[in-house]
Amino acid sequence: MAALTNSVGDAGRVLLDLSGIDRLDTLGAWVLDRTRHELGERGLAADFVGARAEHNILLNEVAYRGFQGAPVKDTWNVVDIFVDIGKTMVEAWKDLVRGVSFLGELVMAMLRLLVRPSRFRLPALINQLELICFRGVPIIVLISFLVGAIVAQQGIVQLQRFGAQAFVVNLSGILSLRELGVLLTSIMIAGRSGSAFTAEIGSMKMREEIDALRVMGLDPIEVLIVPRVLALMIGLPILAFLAAMAALLGSGVVAWIYGDIPPDVFLARLKSTIDLRTFLVGIIKAPFMAIVIGVIASNEGMAVQGSAESLGRHVTASVVKSIFMVIVLDGFFAIFFAAIKF
Amino acid sequence: MPRPPITPQDERDREAVIRVQDLVVGFGERLIMKKLNLDVYRGEILGFVGPSGQGKSVLTRAILGLVPKREGTIEVFGENLDEISPQSRQEIERRWGVLFQQGALFSALTVRQNVQVPMREYLNLSERLLDELAMLKIEMVGLKPDAADKLPSELSGGMIKRAALARALSLDPEILFLDEPTSGLDPIGAGEFDDLIATLQRTLGLTVFMVTHDLDSLYTVCDRIAALGDGRIIAQGPIEAMLASDDPWVRSYFHGKRARAAMAGAA
Repeated sequence: MAALTNSVGDAGRVLLDLSGIDRLDTLGAWVLDRTRHELGERGLAADFVGARAEHNILLNEVAYRGFQGAPVKDTWNVVDIFVDIGKTMVEAWKDLVRGVSFLGELVMAMLRLLVRPSRFRLPALINQLELICFRGVPIIVLISFLVGAIVAQQGIVQLQRFGAQAFVVNLSGILSLRELGVLLTSIMIAGRSGSAFTAEIGSMKMREEIDALRVMGLDPIEVLIVPRVLALMIGLPILAFLAAMAALLGSGVVAWIYGDIPPDVFLARLKSTIDLRTFLVGIIKAPFMAIVIGVIASNEGMAVQGSAESLGRHVTASVVKSIFMVIVLDGFFAIFFAAIKF
Repeated sequence: MPRPPITPQDERDREAVIRVQDLVVGFGERLIMKKLNLDVYRGEILGFVGPSGQGKSVLTRAILGLVPKREGTIEVFGENLDEISPQSRQEIERRWGVLFQQGALFSALTVRQNVQVPMREYLNLSERLLDELAMLKIEMVGLKPDAADKLPSELSGGMIKRAALARALSLDPEILFLDEPTSGLDPIGAGEFDDLIATLQRTLGLTVFMVTHDLDSLYTVCDRIAALGDGRIIAQGPIEAMLASDDPWVRSYFHGKRARAAMAGAA
């Protein structure tokens, strides 16, 4: 067509003979009419001749009109980076404010339930406990066992150089009880149950089920979120305890096979290095981790908008934020316990 | 059955169960409702029409309290929703039923359990009575008994609407909100749904607030129609008033090809 357009000199009038065309689709019609239009712009009156009646209708339907593409933005700009950083910071701050106000709503809902316990949904709590706690046991125990074993193995290798491999018991004992159990469990629960909360609540939001609850006079926080957060607060300490035991078992097995520390020696050393406090430091953190995971997961779920893409984004955000906050919180606890010399 | 036309005299005598005054709703800088006024009277079926994307659903959601309003008052059963305690609000919430556009059935529960959710919340009934009542509602909306134990994901579009209607009716509400009840239904199903709503309205004395695009519904079941345009009510009244309106949108809506066909069907 371009060649055709160029080959036309200054004939003054151009006739496009379409009589040989059997089938014409929108693409063909568009190109034909665009050609006519371009010839017209060069001052050449172009016309179609011999087109079939139905082709004429199509040609009229797709008559050439200029389309304006979306304005192309400058691809890269230093200012854009700062704008981006600024927006991210503002969003992060808003996120924090939303999280705290959500925590407030949650506490209010729990207090209301304390006043009127008959409204509490025990079946939902039991159901969630099964999903979070009971069904989470195998994977959490397995992972903690493996991590406990790896830490012990590395500990033995390093401590052997100083001939102090017996201290691997202190290392894994304190580490398992204070940090590993609760931290591994929290991270696993954030990935396993936090994502499930966000997806469940988010898809209920998408399908207007949350609105349906509200117009029935039911409080979605009371119905959906309180049972889940409570189940987390009960389930996470139990799982953290199991995880700590599994990590100890893992390190005990490795110490026996790899470090020639028989179980009775391992247990005796363990008994002399740890006390109830070591265990408490770990387990006290668990309910707080549960609240953080629960609040972030529910908050992200309630923020889901209409699209599947939004659901995916919020599930990802839920897991990433929960894991991040769990680790930050663990750091704060470490500082706190050091400060009060516990 | 032709209904007697409603004259302005009648309207003054009737009790407004929903009264929206000077409602302003907006998202960001865009105003959806600009000082909208609308009354819904007891016992009527009000059809609410308007161009797509102009906020018909937003008005419903604002009345239900799902969308925050910026100005104006909304009274339901004569009580200003801004000024009442949470308890009285809950009292009002159990007196209305809502059918969402996509049904919004709880996806984890069967149809029967869905219908029972409001009953379990507000009534203290035996399991047997709960089951019987739920089955009664399910049959009332024209679903077969074997649908009762299906999950929403196993139902067709028409069955979801019926099941959602059964849930909306579970506490025998006084006001029924319907958001495009016949959209996505085939003409026969839509016609049956219209008849069902008309029957329920007559037998239970419901007030129905129906957002719809379906001209057949407007002709056959609605007592009064309100048309939304540019954030306000641009015309309201019985179908005759709509036909006589000189607003260009209302004219083209009620005098278009489809409207004439619906009028011929209703006559």
